This record gives sequence, structure tokens and C-alpha cells, in this order.
Amino acid sequence: MSALLETSALVAYYGDFQALFGIDAFVDEGERVALIGANGAGKSTFLTSIAGLRPSEAQSVRFAGVPIGAKPAAEVAALGIALVPEGRRLFPSLTVEENLLMGAFNRRKGPWSLERVYELFPALAEKKGAPATSLSGGQQQMVAIGRALMANPRLLMCDEISLGLAPAVVKEVYAALAVVCSDHGVSVIVVEQDIELARAMSDRAYCFTHGSVSLSGKSAELTREAISAAYFGV
Amino acid sequence: MNWLDTVIQGTLLGGLYALFAMGLAVIYGVMKQINIAHGDFIVLGAYVALGIVAATGLHPFLVIPLAMIVFGLFGYALQRSVLNRTIGGDILPPLVVTYGLSIVIENVLQQTQSADPKSIKLGGLDTASIPLGGGLAIGVFPLVMLGTAIVVAIVLEIVFNRTRLGMAFRAVSDDREIASLMGVRDNRLFGYATAISFAVIAIAGVFMGIKFTFTPTLGPNFLLYAFEAVVIGGMGSFWGTLAGGVILGIAQTIGFALNPGWGILAGHLVFLAVLLVRPTGIFARAA
Repeated sequence: MSALLETSALVAYYGDFQALFGIDAFVDEGERVALIGANGAGKSTFLTSIAGLRPSEAQSVRFAGVPIGAKPAAEVAALGIALVPEGRRLFPSLTVEENLLMGAFNRRKGPWSLERVYELFPALAEKKGAPATSLSGGQQQMVAIGRALMANPRLLMCDEISLGLAPAVVKEVYAALAVVCSDHGVSVIVVEQDIELARAMSDRAYCFTHGSVSLSGKSAELTREAISAAYFGV
Repeated sequence: MNWLDTVIQGTLLGGLYALFAMGLAVIYGVMKQINIAHGDFIVLGAYVALGIVAATGLHPFLVIPLAMIVFGLFGYALQRSVLNRTIGGDILPPLVVTYGLSIVIENVLQQTQSADPKSIKLGGLDTASIPLGGGLAIGVFPLVMLGTAIVVAIVLEIVFNRTRLGMAFRAVSDDREIASLMGVRDNRLFGYATAISFAVIAIAGVFMGIKFTFTPTLGPNFLLYAFEAVVIGGMGSFWGTLAGGVILGIAQTIGFALNPGWGILAGHLVFLAVLLVRPTGIFARAA
């Protein structure tokens, strides 16, 4: 069986600056994969390339066997890839509920609906009429995750969802994520700065260094030493 | 000067200015583009309506739905084929391209329609009025104009705030990239926004052609009125734009009543005063 998502020799550029140097990676159906690495290592670029926000070679990203590297973001989304972007990036002129509804813009069939998202994040139900950006950081992150879930994705990509949140809130957010994976078989890619957290919540991990994969393997088998060696690119 | 009468007439004129402005506000609200040819398209709308009236003998009011459809389709095609290529990045390309369109429209109209003033006749309705007592009277046609502007504002408010399309408009306006991650095909959406804008332009064009005698080169004035009404009202709600149009209409009418040379100037002065005191516009939604 081939992987749900597969990248081969994926490269990305910002003008003359090369951000990714041929990434080979895969994610299986229902698998949880963590991306770790220093700032600027190319983790976010990797996710936005998959999501179709930056153009790549068609064959360098394959999803469920279909080459999607050259597809624009709207078409990639329709196939069932959702991104919780770095910094949340909620729509400020939309209410909480409208932000969630935007996530369902594709009308993909699946288990997620407004009711299910409010069940997962009860705090949002009380604030559904409020402007999304009036919420606390943790609640905004819940909106961002809920918005991605509303797309009923087969692959959910989360970019630094713990950034700037209180530890208790981080726990809550990751607990919700774990439910999402185990109950619905959604594949997940998580970018996470906290290495312990990343290892604990994932099946496998890739460590990015200067736009390349410097280490990969089963999360349980990666030692702290190996990760820190890879992290700092020795 | 009869103040009450002046304010009433100004309010009614403001309905027309609000119609000028709402088309502009739609495009700016969704795409953050300024259509410099906006006023010229209003003038073009008047010529097209005049042509249809002459060819078919239809009442000008019955021409409006037809003109809305023709202009809406044209607006969609214009956005998809030309204006979408100017979006994103620099603010200059949309300005230059629509400025170019403005020059083309004016010159084509001069060439084909001559510079002679034209107007669309309404039959008896031009001069019909409703007496209010006390020497005051309201013209039937200006009342239709204001009523239409109110209806357009209501429809646009509903479309933008109560529909899936409107939600996508606001989302794209906030963050085009993230909206595309939700599956929004922004190029198509921009086409819809321009189609709506041009349908409103068509209404404004027909009314303008009935209200004023027009020549091919009036467009830039109407763009300016539209722009002033949008700025006075403030972005974010079509009620604000409607109010902006009415304020501009009242200011101009009072100016004209004081001195025939001061009307347009009075409008500009109110516009500048609003810019000075409240640059976000009087009715801007709090950010």
C-alpha cells in the first residue's frame, strides 16, 4: 500500500533563496507525524508547499496517488488537505461561527460539523457570534483547528499550534487533536517546537535542518541525543 | 433659502450619489482595488440605456433590469479577462489599467456619440411631484432614485452578511491566501464581485441619464462623487455608503442654494472636513 502523502525531491524557493533542498517524506493513512527543527529550517515552507500555497513540480507532491504539486491551494483543499496555519490567521471580519463555516466551504462530506466542533471545543459555542479575533489566544487556536476540521480533511497539518499558549491550554489542544486522530483516522502532520511534546504525540518524526531532513524515524526510537545533534545540524 | 426644502432635495440627490458609490464600495471592499473607470462606466451605462430605449421604445425603468444583466456579465468578463491579472502585489497596475479603460471609454463615446449633451426622457414622470403642503413638494423620480438606493443597500447588506457568497467575499478581503486554503477560488469570486458592482453601475447609469444631461467626459466627476461618498460614509457597511451619498447630496444642494458656483465645492469641503476629523469615515465599522 502506498502512503497517503508522499513528497519526493520537493524543493522550494523564496526568490533566489532556496528554502527546501529535496525533501523525501511520507505520511501513511491515520498516521501522526511530527516535524521538528530550528526556526527557518523549512518546516512551515514544507507545509505551505503541500497545501499548494507555493508552486512545485507536479510529481514532487503526491496525495492518495494523485500528483498535486502543481495544483493551486483551492484544488488541493478540495482533495482533503487542511492546514492550521502558523499564527492562526483567522478572518478578523468574520465571527467565530463564520470562520468555522469558511472551513467547510468545500462541502466535503465527513464526520465534522459545527455541532461536532462545538462538542470538541465547548468554549467556542458560547462565543460563536463574537468576532474571531476578540477571543483569547487558546480559543483562537481552537477556532483555527476547528476551521481546518470543518473541511473534513484526510490530512490535517498543524503549524506551531502551541506557540504562545499557556501550558494547560497546549495540553487541552493536543488532547483534542489526539481524539481527532484516533476516532476518525485522520492523518496528521504537526510542527512542534517542544521536542518532548512532539515525540509524545506522534508515531514518526522528521527533523529538518537548513531545508533538508537530517533525521527521521519512529518517535519512540529517536533518542534525545540524536535529535539534538540533528537539530543543530552538526 | 428654504432649509427644509434644500435638505429634502439634497437627500433625494444623495440617493443617486449613493448608487454611484455602492458599486465602487463593492469592488474596493472585496478586492481593495479602485476602479478609476467607475464614473466612465456609469456614463457608458447611460448611453447604453439611451440606445436600448431608442431601439426598443421601452420605458427607461424597464430597461434597468436588462442593463443590469448586460453590465453584470460584462463586469464578470472584464474582471476574469483583464482586472484579475492586475491583482496582488503592487497597487499601481489596477489603477493604471482602469485609468486606461477610462480614457478608452471617453474617446470611444466622443467618437461614436459626439460631444453633444444627451438625456433619457421619462415622459411625464420627469416633472411629476407629490405636494407635501407648505409649498414643499417631492419629485416622484428623485424619490424613486432614493428608494432604489435604499433597496440596493439592503440587498448588498444581505448578500454580504447573510449569504455564503458574502462570507467568502469578506474572507477573501481579509486574507486571500488563507481563503484559498478553504477552497475559495478567488479569481472566480472576484468576477462575481465585479458583476455585482457593474449591475449597480447599470442602475446608476440609467438614473444619471434621466437626472442629468450627460456628455462622454462626465465620468471622472462621478468617480469623484462616488469616492467622496464612500470615504464620508466609511468602509465596512453599505448603510455607511448610503449615508455618505446623502451627506454629499445635501452638502452640494446647500452649496448650490447659497450660490450657484458653490455646490460642487461644498461637497468637496465636507469630504475634506470628514477626512480631517474622522479619516475612517463617519460610519466606519470599528476595526
